[in-house]
Amino acid sequence: MTHRFRDLLALEPLAADELSFLLDQSKPFQEIQRHPLKKLATLRGKTVALAFFETSTRTRISFGTAASRLGADTMNLQAEASSLKKGETLLDTVFNLNAMKPDCLVMRHAASGAPHYVARHLDIPVVNAGDGTHEHPSQGLLDALTIRDRLGTIKNLNVTILGDILHSRVARSNIHLLGKFGCRFTLCGPAMWVPRDLEKIAPGTPIRCVYRIEEALEGAHVIVMLRVQTERLNDPPLSAGDYILLYQLNHERLRRANRDAIVLHPGPINRGIEITPEVADGPQSCVLEQVTNGVAVRMAILYLLVSGATETDTHPALEAKPKESANASD
Amino acid sequence: MLLIKNGRVLDPASKTDGVLDVLLDGEKITELGPPGKLLAPPGTEVFDASGLIVAPGFIDIHVHLREPGQESSETIETGTRAAARGGFTAVCCMPNTKPVNDNASVTRFILDRARVAGSVRVWPIGAASVGSKGEAIAEIAAMKDAGIVGVSDDGRPISTAKLARQVMDYCRSLDLPVMEHAEDVALAAGAVMREGVTSTRLGLRGMPAATESVCVARDVQLAELTGARLHIAHLSAKASLEQVRWAKSRGLRVSCEVTPHHFTLIDEDVQYDARFKMNPPLAAREDREALLAGLADGTVDAIATDHAPHEPALKDVEFDRAPFGILGFETALGLALEQLVESGRISLMRMVELFTTGPARVLGMERRIASGQPADLTIFSTAEAWTYEVKNSPSKSRNSPFDGRDFKGRPMATIVAGRVVDKQ
Repeated sequence: MTHRFRDLLALEPLAADELSFLLDQSKPFQEIQRHPLKKLATLRGKTVALAFFETSTRTRISFGTAASRLGADTMNLQAEASSLKKGETLLDTVFNLNAMKPDCLVMRHAASGAPHYVARHLDIPVVNAGDGTHEHPSQGLLDALTIRDRLGTIKNLNVTILGDILHSRVARSNIHLLGKFGCRFTLCGPAMWVPRDLEKIAPGTPIRCVYRIEEALEGAHVIVMLRVQTERLNDPPLSAGDYILLYQLNHERLRRANRDAIVLHPGPINRGIEITPEVADGPQSCVLEQVTNGVAVRMAILYLLVSGATETDTHPALEAKPKESANASD
Repeated sequence: MLLIKNGRVLDPASKTDGVLDVLLDGEKITELGPPGKLLAPPGTEVFDASGLIVAPGFIDIHVHLREPGQESSETIETGTRAAARGGFTAVCCMPNTKPVNDNASVTRFILDRARVAGSVRVWPIGAASVGSKGEAIAEIAAMKDAGIVGVSDDGRPISTAKLARQVMDYCRSLDLPVMEHAEDVALAAGAVMREGVTSTRLGLRGMPAATESVCVARDVQLAELTGARLHIAHLSAKASLEQVRWAKSRGLRVSCEVTPHHFTLIDEDVQYDARFKMNPPLAAREDREALLAGLADGTVDAIATDHAPHEPALKDVEFDRAPFGILGFETALGLALEQLVESGRISLMRMVELFTTGPARVLGMERRIASGQPADLTIFSTAEAWTYEVKNSPSKSRNSPFDGRDFKGRPMATIVAGRVVDKQ
């Protein structure tokens, strides 16, 4: 299969075979993470621009690590240091970055659709590292990879997402990926964060909104926790105490899920708010695996988009034995 | 003098529909008569309107010309040229300029500029409150003396029920319509499009339909209380239309306008492209259906464009950051023909009414083709195929979602006070 995407802006438009391809391509890069010497020469001489117009720690470091493990150089732009505050438009900032000739732009932005807007004006691949409350494609992929590793499949699972779904880009990417593999979704949280319109955002994917956590967890194979912010611009604040009372994932509630259910959280975790420390650190939690897999998935994304490689190309992580990769890490 | 020959005259006021010649003498219409029968003195200019519709001059009661204060987006000169290109012979410019048109000197400035540089008639709307801030009532009487034809705090609603009630009381005594931008500002806070499946899917903050309709409900009840002439601007929601229908059934003096973009597009058309961002935002499919029904059954009084130019530097940005508003003049007739007439929903006569006698009535005016009437006419084709290319627009801005769209039918000549101000 030749992948048809030039950019990675969202998972929604991708077909199941394209998503599988991305996950399969990530697999050998997972192996690399376990090597003592982790650097490849695959993208040597290439430059990845990391433009984070919204603060991020983990995703920015993850993409940066992925780029450097592929041998690429990075340019970094962070919101604080950017000239946006001096009145420059997003497009001007991006054109300036592009004038330094990167081979790919990874961007995060607080406005939904900002990467789509930028991609319309650029001829290099654009990777969406999270746009507003829309999508977070690499997170969706790393979650799927984590689920596949733990449960052996991503097909036909009961997936429960808990928290502020309306404002979650992670939830949308999870739905658009896993939905294409027959997963069924239960979304649960305070009603203002779980509007019924969510049930129709992915035609063909069964999605239901429920407002009792006990009901939401019944029979779940996968539980995706979201970071909860009780105070949001433009909305009245919500009581954190009420949230804990109704929606906190604790040991007792977790027992309602499938016995082998796994718990994911994109981080950063609010311990004691949406999740108890026992669950966050318990055997069903996959939180740190998600972070490790994030590097592998982002290596696959950068490798495919920057090199333009397809299925017929030999995977760089397979062709590079550890010794050779040591030589490559110049 | 100007003789318009062989055109099909459509005049909603007199229900005239027939091939007639129309003779204009300067500012006034002199005579109508069967083809070839009018006596035109030698030297009379002749416009052959064979195969074309001759209608009363179109009126757009809701536009933004951006002057004074935002001349990089539009001026009275460029805006009225675009209006003329769209077949409009008169436009009502909203007061949200910089400074706000909340006193007679700004009103006079606008009218002076229009006299010098305007292609079509400019009828200003005055602010309801000082600075449109929703606190003190503006100098509405002085502005009326200077030439305003209605009041509005457009861009936002009249802030409170209390102020709206007072403005309505006052405007009733002055016989001016109160043109309301109906919006519950708190419900809309931070929203950039209509709330629904599309906004939820795109992760764009939505405002529910009730954002508009709760304010319409407030206002129609205040119209009943005060007896004022209330006009709901750019009505977009089914629930709002039902409020207007209720008000009309009670005999209240309530009217409303609908924009071409709201009867053509829906929220599903939004794709992170700020040319699809306006306020009120594109509504749900069922709202559009309701608007089409309201346009057909007479609940809607006028088509108004809400022409809202924004220069590219402001508008060509992330969807969240872009200002609300799109261009409207040049595509209004084409969209009305396509969506309303071609589709069989309304007659050509009704469409002409929505562009002429309907909006005139909102302003308390008449509009008809008869001897002694102002020589304002819109001559248009229902057949001519053309493509709208916004780069050729006389407007200073380029923010149209209809760029590149093919149309059938367009204005062929716009005549203001006996002068052809635009011609294809």
